[in-house]
Amino acid sequence: MDPYIAGVLLGLVLLASFYLTGRGLGASGATRSIVVSGVSAIAPNHAENSEYFKKYLHDESPMKSWLVLEIAGVIIGGFLSGAWAGRLKLKVEHSPKITSRRRIMLASAGGLLFGFGSQLGRGCTSGAALTGMATLSLAGFVTMLAIFGTAFALAYFFRKNWI
Amino acid sequence: MGPIVPLFNVSNEINLLFAFIIGLGFGFVLEQAGFSSSRKLAGMFYGYDITVLKVFFTAAITGMLGLIFLNFMGLIDLDIIYINEYYITSSIIGGIIMGAGFIIGGFCPGTSFTAAAIGKIDAMWFVAGSIAGIFLFGEIYPLLESIYMSNYEGAVKISNILGIRDGYFALLLIIVASIMFWIGELAEKKFKREDISKEI
Repeated sequence: MDPYIAGVLLGLVLLASFYLTGRGLGASGATRSIVVSGVSAIAPNHAENSEYFKKYLHDESPMKSWLVLEIAGVIIGGFLSGAWAGRLKLKVEHSPKITSRRRIMLASAGGLLFGFGSQLGRGCTSGAALTGMATLSLAGFVTMLAIFGTAFALAYFFRKNWI
Repeated sequence: MGPIVPLFNVSNEINLLFAFIIGLGFGFVLEQAGFSSSRKLAGMFYGYDITVLKVFFTAAITGMLGLIFLNFMGLIDLDIIYINEYYITSSIIGGIIMGAGFIIGGFCPGTSFTAAAIGKIDAMWFVAGSIAGIFLFGEIYPLLESIYMSNYEGAVKISNILGIRDGYFALLLIIVASIMFWIGELAEKKFKREDISKEI
């Protein structure tokens, strides 16, 4: 799909979310619900004593949260798009210059950093940067500049993994 | 008049149904834009594919203009719309850590879900890594609390800081984005990588 058309459609999805529910899009918050539910299921006392996790231990299950349902939609929506475009395939995508094993290690490390940073920054590219920019929040613009600025600044050092 | 859910006391079940349907649209568009490929996403930082820049800024501007117009026509109460709270230190440091995660891992959380949905095994590992990262943050939170809470500025809007009206800021952002799109498209020609574009 043409990127500009995809951008307008994504903006309309974001706008529909604001109009219907009063909130924008998100992603890392759903992962946090998975973590909080997991910790609470395996070690309930530990979750209740954790200064951070207990903020998200509501009376209702964290898995019934708004963002978890939204991400369930994202996964099914992505799957339907991939099926429609004929892109469903189990594979590790990587530059021919690196091995699958190296790509998986980098993806895991990158995920670890992104997950950690999204908690410190109170949201990721969706919830902090994109949604924040649409509401003109200063936090959204600062987070966006920090994410993209750092990725550009470090791109040279990681070039052999991509190009 | 919107937003519908808070103004009309809509039940939680319907709100969750909205969440699911909005997610369907979100995931479908991300995948259609090509964001289920890490090499396409990373192209942004090497100039061979700036789809991320185009989609991200077009979406932010569309959402921003939509809110401004709905407010102008009296169709939405912007006072109820959540504005992200600004904690200077944690926004910047969190963003820097996320940026490192982006160039190392090739995804962000939202795109990793759509990529995992179409079978990208590396994206599944990215999701697993982010679960570990969030768990780690929660476990060492007491050490980070002072950074997490410091320099709180409240729910400030960039237009207020600059002392201009929302509409003028939106116009300014459209001009800036157009210039970036023009430079980005020149970069796409200069750093073209047919081999990668063909593969993704």
